[in-house]
Amino acid sequence: MNRHLLSAADLSRDDALLILDTADELARMSDRPIKKLPTLRGRTVVNLFFEDSTRTRISFEAAAKRLSADVINFSVKGSSVAKGESLKDTALTLEAMGADAVVIRHDASGAPHRLAGWIRGHVVNAGDGMHEHPTQALLDAFTIRRRLGRASGLDGVRVTIVGDVLHSRVARSNVALLNILGAEVTLVAPPTLVPVAVGSWPCEISYDLDAVLPKSDVIMMLRVQQERMTAAYFPSVREYSRRYGLDTGRMGMLPEHAIVMHPGPMNRGVEIAAEVADSPRSTIVEQVANGVSVRMAVLYLLLGGADLLGGADLRGKPRDAKASMENKESMVNR
Amino acid sequence: MMRARSAGDGRSGPDARSAGRSGDRQPGGSAPGRDSNVGHDDGSGGSPPPSDQAAAGSQKRVLEPAEIRRALTRIAHEILERTNGADDVLLLGIPTRGVPLARRLADRAAEFEDRTVPWGSLDVTMYRDDLRLRPARALGRTELPPAGIDGKTVVIVDDVLYSGRTVRAALDALNDLGRPRAVQLAVLVDRGHRELPIRADYVGKNLPTSQREMVRVLLSETDGEDAVLLGERKEAQV
Amino acid sequence: MTGVAGTWLIRGAALPGGQRADLRLRDGVIAEAGARLAAAGAQVLDADGLIALPGLVDLHTHLREPGREDAETIETGTRAAALGGYTAVHAMANTEPVADTAGVVEQVWRLGREAGHCDVQPVGAVTLGLGGQRLAELGAMADSAARVRVFSDDGRCVSDPLLMRRALEYVKAFDGVIAQHAQEPRLTEGAQMNEGEVSGRLGLAGWPAVAEEAIIARDCLLAAHVGSALHVCHVSTAGSVEIIRWAKAKGWRVTAEVTPHHLLLTDELAEGYDPVYKVNPPLRTAADVAGLRQGLADGTIDCVATDHAPHPVEAKDTEWAGAAFGMTGLEIALRAVQQAMVETGLLDWAAVADRMSVRPATIGRLSGHGVLPATGAPANLTLYDPAAAPEPVDPATHASRSRNTPFRGVALPGQVVATFLRGTATVLDGKLAS
Repeated sequence: MNRHLLSAADLSRDDALLILDTADELARMSDRPIKKLPTLRGRTVVNLFFEDSTRTRISFEAAAKRLSADVINFSVKGSSVAKGESLKDTALTLEAMGADAVVIRHDASGAPHRLAGWIRGHVVNAGDGMHEHPTQALLDAFTIRRRLGRASGLDGVRVTIVGDVLHSRVARSNVALLNILGAEVTLVAPPTLVPVAVGSWPCEISYDLDAVLPKSDVIMMLRVQQERMTAAYFPSVREYSRRYGLDTGRMGMLPEHAIVMHPGPMNRGVEIAAEVADSPRSTIVEQVANGVSVRMAVLYLLLGGADLLGGADLRGKPRDAKASMENKESMVNR
Repeated sequence: MMRARSAGDGRSGPDARSAGRSGDRQPGGSAPGRDSNVGHDDGSGGSPPPSDQAAAGSQKRVLEPAEIRRALTRIAHEILERTNGADDVLLLGIPTRGVPLARRLADRAAEFEDRTVPWGSLDVTMYRDDLRLRPARALGRTELPPAGIDGKTVVIVDDVLYSGRTVRAALDALNDLGRPRAVQLAVLVDRGHRELPIRADYVGKNLPTSQREMVRVLLSETDGEDAVLLGERKEAQV
Repeated sequence: MTGVAGTWLIRGAALPGGQRADLRLRDGVIAEAGARLAAAGAQVLDADGLIALPGLVDLHTHLREPGREDAETIETGTRAAALGGYTAVHAMANTEPVADTAGVVEQVWRLGREAGHCDVQPVGAVTLGLGGQRLAELGAMADSAARVRVFSDDGRCVSDPLLMRRALEYVKAFDGVIAQHAQEPRLTEGAQMNEGEVSGRLGLAGWPAVAEEAIIARDCLLAAHVGSALHVCHVSTAGSVEIIRWAKAKGWRVTAEVTPHHLLLTDELAEGYDPVYKVNPPLRTAADVAGLRQGLADGTIDCVATDHAPHPVEAKDTEWAGAAFGMTGLEIALRAVQQAMVETGLLDWAAVADRMSVRPATIGRLSGHGVLPATGAPANLTLYDPAAAPEPVDPATHASRSRNTPFRGVALPGQVVATFLRGTATVLDGKLAS
């Protein structure tokens, strides 16, 4: 996994901090007249999106372009993939085009892992099925760090994640990454929407949102799909909203300093009330901006250095003290 | 491990250097991570970070704290002289050690002229031409004063000038940040072996070296003491 | 003409009971079994160090023909079977077209005879087109030349309880048995792997054990109520074993099978998302593997059945959710059983003969197979070398058309040296006999 970013759970604490610190520096670029760095000039980044997602795709596109990389967007609709070309054949086409990195979003868990076995380039998971969405978790951690004024990790920060955990790759990545950074995570959902074995996850579970609110520094709302209602996960949107929605009353139960997050897109009025989404506590808009900085950091750290496989430097020297390379599962090349 | 040198002319002639090297087998080789870092003793100037102090082969001190102090004082005066009293001057240090040097110069200039001289830091990692030779490096801090660099005389400050590639990267970085009226370069040590047509405007000490040698600058802000060390490089560098 | 016919003298084989004997094969039977027999014009096979098992019988194989010949044909599948030591296989009905008429089952039966590598006993579908709505013409299939006795919708579950009851009742008329693929469809919609800690972590939809166990419990009760015979396909959970043990203790006519892969592999293998480990029913936990091994050891599970499920490369060379379910197994089954059950002391070779030949032949109502080697017995034999050095499994060398084995690169012990089908050698020296 050290040439790719497939899963937040594979990151060491040092690697996660390196990404966040790098994103910090890159975020300053947004104040500049020229928001461009030459670092990835001549490299090609392909956005391979099998699922519709304008928001994430644009974020990765902006990140790659700000590093002067060439970007190719490959979305499923109207492409050969829609006509039945397999993932593998698509991968081989990209390989032939010389993609240095492929950012892939797919509705099948594990698709990025398979892709990584078929191409030489670096693979960034932009969301695979119900499995993970590592850059989302990274930008969420980045946002928390900034808003709560933390310099390094998130030790002791109490994060509550509310919603459809069972089907949520954002939840999985966040539970893993927040835990790596030292935060204390609590999941709140109806029992039908947590995995059977969630007891083995590094977090607490609660079915009672009101009880958890006063003890939360961060509350992260997940989108709830209406289709879940027909599969009997909950009886009605109204009941879900009443028991698990964040309305202004519940927002008032949060501590003063607490922030409200949402990965988007939101169902206003279902999991989150409009007034809450628009309140000063809400980080929803800045999460988007932070996404570009974090994705720039990821692309830089994956592509900006030596490529051990066939690259110039084969000696794999350790990095400096600022980023420990001890963990063999760390994201960046040695 | 290090020979005490008498203070005085800080210039190291050939005799002094060979005396330092010959017959001196030091325990321990070079630390593995010595050269792969934010510092730049890899042909592009700068010196390794604090963690690699134990490294080295034989080293000797070629500049003592007092000499460094005097050199910086002189540079500060020179800057004031050539920029008409630091009118519209901005000192930008290249991380890591260029930054404390920039701050010291700014403090000194401020003393002499009784006005504040703005200073900041300019990280050039993203503009380097040798990024692909090593694993991706962590970024240093870039911090400019609110007024920016447009129309200013920017003095880039670094600890060691070697191949000139770091400075070229700094010029590219400045180009994306704005349009200075002029750009000058101040370095504590110029060790020769330029690979690009770049020269320093202000030099603390000229230190002729061979490519087989390594120059290390220590500063109290980062390393606990002030010194410039010259030692033999243990492995050839790409 | 396949195989090497004529008279054979097998010298010095160890019989399942442990005693060594020479066996003379003539005219399709073991004409003589004894010590130091004279060759008398027979071809001699030195079986010193080899075990002579009754020819293995597989109750559960997918030969894919008609319809999916890109994955396997009756020719290639039966070659694979012979190489695995099998003299008879039951070909499951989920072909294209489905084997739900006398016409299709007779075609499969005939193709098997023509290939000649092992006997192919067709399994008939329980419902038309495997649709789970209407019974297929079970009687016609029983009366056909294929003489179908085992009926299964395998691939699908007969989930409608009323339909399952009717099927169990109906086959009593001709001593048939319904073989159920136990999978409650409503609990396993979109399921990808065992529901548990691993699936929760990997973000793959879960296939809970209860979806298998609930159907087995229901079907045992139904079979008892109507006085019929139930066979449970590919049992995969420890809980299922307990339910079957309970049903047998009550004297109900329930039999069960387990696959070689469920005796050795767990759901943790899904971690790299390699679909070679994707199978239905899914690989489960270590506790389930232990329960299945114990069940096979004490006879609660009657036999090993491969559920050999070949798939073309493109059906597995894809993301997990897009991949087909299934693993091949004919060529490595006996070796896998040695690894899982003999090396662990859970079964001796007499018991292996029982679980892989005698009982499956009984359940399948197959005459001529599953008879222990003795004078007068049909000459269906597997000669196996348990001491052969463990070799990593290499699917490129397999006779099966497909390569989807989860044991690629895994060193399994033993080797099938020779297989005899009614006195004709189909495999000699570990290779197909021509």
